[in-house]
Amino acid sequence: MAEERRFAEVSRDSVKLMAESAGVEVGDEVAALLAEDVCYRLREAAQNSSQFMRHAKRRKLTVEDFNRALRWSNVEAVCGYGAQDALPFRPAKEGELFFVEDRDVNLVNLALATNIPNGCAETMVRVHVSYLDGKGNLEPQGTVPSAVQSLSEDLLKYYQQITRAILGEDPHLMKVALLDLQTNSKIAALLPYFVYVISGVKSVSHDLEQLNRLLHMVKSLVQNPYLYLGSYVRSLVSSVMYCILEPLAASINPLNDHWTLRDYAALLLSHIFWTHGDLVSGLYHQILLSLQKVLSDPVRPLCSHYGAVVGLHALGWKAVERVLYPHLPAYWANLQAVLDDYSVSNAQVKADGHKVYGAILVAVERLLKMKALSLSKPAEGGVGGQQGTAGGVLGFRESSPGLSPPPEPLSEAGLGIASHLQAGGAGCPWEDWTPVPLPAMYCELYSFFGDSLAVRFSTGPELEGCLPALPCQPADARKETVANAAAGLDNSRKMPQLTANLNISPRPDGSPHTEPPPPSLAATIPGRPFARSSSSSSSVQRRSSSSRPGQRSAGPSRDVFPKARFPPPQAGPPSFSFLIGGRQMGRRCQGRRFQTSFGPQPPLASLPPRAYAHKLPVIGRVSKPVRRWTCSHYSLHLPL
Amino acid sequence: MAAVQDGQVESDAEKETKPDASNDVAGNSSGGARSMSPNAASSASGAAKAAAPTGPGEQQTLLAVLQFLKRSKLLESVDILRREAGLSDELDESQTNDGAAAGSGAGSQGEGSVDAASLLRRVSVGGAAATNIAATTTSKGAEDQPDVSIVLSAYSQQGDPALYQVYYSGLKNFIESVLDCHRAELSQLFYPLFVHMYLELVYNNHEHEAKVFFEKFSGDQECYYRDDLRVLSGLTKKEHMKGNETLLDFRTSKFVLRISRDSYQLLKRHLQERQNNQIWLIIQEHLYIDIFDGMPRSKSQIDSMSGSLAGEARREANKAKVYYGLLKEPEIEVPLDDEDDEAENEEGKPKKKKPKKDNLGSKNKKQDPNAPQQNRIPLPELKDSDKLDKIMSMKEATKKIRLGPDTLPSICFYTFLNAYQGLTSVDVTDDSSLIAGGFADSTVRVWSVTPKKLRKVKSAADLNLIDKEADDVLERIMDEKTASESKILYGHSGPVYGISFSPDRNYLLSSSEDGTVRLWSLQTFTCLVGYKGHNYPVWDTQFSPYGYYFVSGGHDRIARLWATDHYQPLRMFAGHLADITCTHFHPNSNYVATGSADRTVRLWDVLNGNCVRIFSGHKGPIHSLAFSPNGKYVASGATDGRVLLWDIGHGLMIGELKGHTDTVYALKFSRDGEILASGSMDGTVRLWDALKAFDVETDDFTAATGHIHLPDNSQELLLGTYMTKSTPVIHLHFTRRNLLLAAGGYNSQ
Repeated sequence: MAEERRFAEVSRDSVKLMAESAGVEVGDEVAALLAEDVCYRLREAAQNSSQFMRHAKRRKLTVEDFNRALRWSNVEAVCGYGAQDALPFRPAKEGELFFVEDRDVNLVNLALATNIPNGCAETMVRVHVSYLDGKGNLEPQGTVPSAVQSLSEDLLKYYQQITRAILGEDPHLMKVALLDLQTNSKIAALLPYFVYVISGVKSVSHDLEQLNRLLHMVKSLVQNPYLYLGSYVRSLVSSVMYCILEPLAASINPLNDHWTLRDYAALLLSHIFWTHGDLVSGLYHQILLSLQKVLSDPVRPLCSHYGAVVGLHALGWKAVERVLYPHLPAYWANLQAVLDDYSVSNAQVKADGHKVYGAILVAVERLLKMKALSLSKPAEGGVGGQQGTAGGVLGFRESSPGLSPPPEPLSEAGLGIASHLQAGGAGCPWEDWTPVPLPAMYCELYSFFGDSLAVRFSTGPELEGCLPALPCQPADARKETVANAAAGLDNSRKMPQLTANLNISPRPDGSPHTEPPPPSLAATIPGRPFARSSSSSSSVQRRSSSSRPGQRSAGPSRDVFPKARFPPPQAGPPSFSFLIGGRQMGRRCQGRRFQTSFGPQPPLASLPPRAYAHKLPVIGRVSKPVRRWTCSHYSLHLPL
Repeated sequence: MAAVQDGQVESDAEKETKPDASNDVAGNSSGGARSMSPNAASSASGAAKAAAPTGPGEQQTLLAVLQFLKRSKLLESVDILRREAGLSDELDESQTNDGAAAGSGAGSQGEGSVDAASLLRRVSVGGAAATNIAATTTSKGAEDQPDVSIVLSAYSQQGDPALYQVYYSGLKNFIESVLDCHRAELSQLFYPLFVHMYLELVYNNHEHEAKVFFEKFSGDQECYYRDDLRVLSGLTKKEHMKGNETLLDFRTSKFVLRISRDSYQLLKRHLQERQNNQIWLIIQEHLYIDIFDGMPRSKSQIDSMSGSLAGEARREANKAKVYYGLLKEPEIEVPLDDEDDEAENEEGKPKKKKPKKDNLGSKNKKQDPNAPQQNRIPLPELKDSDKLDKIMSMKEATKKIRLGPDTLPSICFYTFLNAYQGLTSVDVTDDSSLIAGGFADSTVRVWSVTPKKLRKVKSAADLNLIDKEADDVLERIMDEKTASESKILYGHSGPVYGISFSPDRNYLLSSSEDGTVRLWSLQTFTCLVGYKGHNYPVWDTQFSPYGYYFVSGGHDRIARLWATDHYQPLRMFAGHLADITCTHFHPNSNYVATGSADRTVRLWDVLNGNCVRIFSGHKGPIHSLAFSPNGKYVASGATDGRVLLWDIGHGLMIGELKGHTDTVYALKFSRDGEILASGSMDGTVRLWDALKAFDVETDDFTAATGHIHLPDNSQELLLGTYMTKSTPVIHLHFTRRNLLLAAGGYNSQ
């Protein structure tokens, strides 16, 4: 008779194992009896512990409740389970054995602060007139008070110091501050304040340097493993999007390198999305929609379009395929008109147009490359098949390589969210979007870009001709190279990991949890020397067996950006175009320097005084503590 | 938690038996019902004799007591006992000789009975009046033995385990086939029978049969027994039965059912026809069937009253007279404050004020017919400061808003922020100047909610220096350096589950998981006394409205009455079958109400420690209580989210307020009793029209039988639902001007 299981039960095998570990041999019968008794005692303790929960007026049963119940029934309490986070419960590799992972614990932390978050304010009572004459304010019902935390003296000081350091004059101090922001575990209470400071981007759009610093602040916050960004992600994203898309006041002066800022912001955007995108539902959708809106708006200046393109590019080739590619025919006419206008008055616009052109080219290149790569994957056999979602899709294609559209085009990790793009906003072509087969795509793109595409793509007609049978060797090599650059010279990596890395390649510098931040992102921190050219070139040389580095490198780029006004500041490394597939960032940096070439960042000393730093919101303590609660959230609204 | 100590169970049993002891003495229809059995039914005509205990063991116990009394020269008691027990002198004599021969002195009277000395010891625990001793001992039968093994051995009777299912389903078929009007009543039998049969199976090691039995019939039980059934289903071994509290409750108390005479006859006839002895035995031994004459009750009537751990309250339990009226307020000359009068005049309502005052005065002068004697229990004398406070509060009271369905109170919410350690209890002083919170980290924190800071009294050395003749000496003794908005009181070693301010705001009580109640001074902010007596967590404590006395109740199921200057309790109120979860003083300080996890509310007389009311009807542990300001009603809130209203005088349930979706942790009547506010874990405060809820006609019949038919009008009574910001409401308080204060800890999860 199949017995209904009313309770969790301890099997007799478990009892036997326990007994063995204690050095006692236990017979079957004894074990069964013991198991039953243990179950009963457990149930009893659980029932008793619930009354401690009820009297503590909680809904959640805690370890402490259970221990109290044990103590009152004269059983020793079970220690070590009081931590806040769930304990990872995992199976052993062999056998059906499960165990709780035993990590090193900081005893002091555990002893002194089991349940109380670090750096929180004093317990206090605040009064609030909720309902006047039983009617009262209906609107704030059920919402969370905006200023639950009031800052302790220390945190306040920290906040002031950090914001001053980051937005102040001293680059060294700024670096220290950013680093601390990235690693400090006790600043959760300050998060809203920092987010608010960052949202000040809109008021400093004339000051590239300040924008840059704020973006770095975003980066630090995003990379801080102790912070739970929660719904603040949305606010951060909107600040970053502002830097990517808006025609900043700083963009009016052609001498300002707002392009770098946009690149960096785009990179940051993709980073936020890949690491924190799951915190806000529909984020991907929203980002894509707003990028698309900018792109399809011909009234917007070219720098906005540029931002949209790099943004899409940073979000991954799928985003490019779905948004940029379908838009290209319509957009191309406008861009062509700009590029073909040789009048002097148009010179500046045309230069911008070339930037956009270059960005689009880079984006579609990678699109093609990734598509080709994903098609060629089956040829690599089991290697490709091992990698999760991508592998699944690829496996499917094995049957009809490259000819039929992939069944689920958005197979990139995390893009599942985008499936409800179908229900997306008005005017977007999501509904009738179907993936275009690679050859057709290539043909179309070729019609736009001509040979520049072919040459940059390096396989040229060969690729066009026999795409399905794309030789895996070159792809392989390219991939590895790319991945090498991506992983910061991690040559020891094996193929599957590399390709996986590729599939989510817009995650430019890895999440803070897995990899050290690669140089690419750091490279753009003002004042830090570019350190990557040598490293990437060396990797390339090692990998150059099947490719033709020199030929592919600078040549086509020059074709694309013929208006370069300055020679490249660094002797064009042969590796330059080699990085195309992977580190768009690194490549773009070089490309940009090559083209616009403001050199490395302008010397810091020459910058205008940081007015912004002085206008920081100062969160002061209101002298009357009773009032503080109501006032504290206003203090955030001080004008910047 | 292991079995509660024997001593406690003893007193449990002893207290429990009091009500039915009086039944026996009364010797009327209920006594007859109790001793009714197939063969004894005929002898019921024996009138007074029938009430006398019949078992030889019981008689021996009685005789032992008699003997003891005689030896102690308590001749009057001997007479009373003999009269009440209906023992003839000859019998007495012969048996005594017998007993003296069998055992030596007042010692052992044989294994089955309890020796007189221990009996007396047990009796004296309650501290009850001397007359109770006799009454208590009469019913001290073998079945009331508190000893666990003996209790359990009641199950040792062997029936064929396979037949249990047959018996039960036979009875089930019978009950389902009777007329509708009887079916509802007889269906009450299902649950207690089911439980006892299951326990019998388990006790006799028929584990498999027990399991099958449980699976087959547990689905038939009323849903409000779900929690108990869960406990039962986990119990499959005889060994587990020892030390299981729920089980002890089932055994130490008889499950009480109220059944109309017709239905009962029907049942009896059926069982006799079928020779269904197994069920008959259980009914006889473990159930108490309270038979009434008249119409059988409807299903809804039954459902509204049942649900407690031991069935309904016996009707007799609620018959005692309760003086629920308020005490006469002391005459205090209210000096007419000129300033105040002017303010009133400016508002142009001098007329309105006068009659009100007169009202108050006249009310004070007339003695409430239902009120207890002014000195029924000694109350502390009013100090000057108390009088001042009274005057203040009266003045405030004249300014209070008259609430009603059209004028609802404003609500202020006190949110405890950053209370990560866990807020477990809150109290506010009557004048709403201080708020205190008990926390799970064993601390008690007191805040001043007025601009006046909290200050300690200066140290002894400094106090010597001050001028004691100065007018502002009370001001001078305070140490200005210690002024702060809040103070933390350290001393407990477990979560603080209950706190209560003294009415004069000089003291604070806190009860904790560590088993102690502590008295703190709010002058020095130090602990003055630790009251030890509960050896288990103390869930709640409360000061009397007149100060000095306080009550506490906890896991040991005994509520204790203390006076602040005694380190031992003055009264122990034992009788609840599970943890006492909340305690509350009646406004006249003569009674104490306790709510329990056995799902009943009991009202205890402070004077003699008797239980004078048992209110059953809740379907979950009770977590909040509130008396109406006029002392006539009490409201109780439970984990099932329902609030029940009770008429104390009649001992009736008079209302059910449904609406909350989670445990009701706070209840409070407005100052005039028009509005009942309830606060719950579900994060809402609800206001109810109390006047309308109490406006239920109770005719004589209803009052006599207790068969109230409740109208389902919760929606009409609900005046408003007010949400908090994800904060459970754990305390409610009406200021003297009828502003509603609510408090709770903000919960960020």
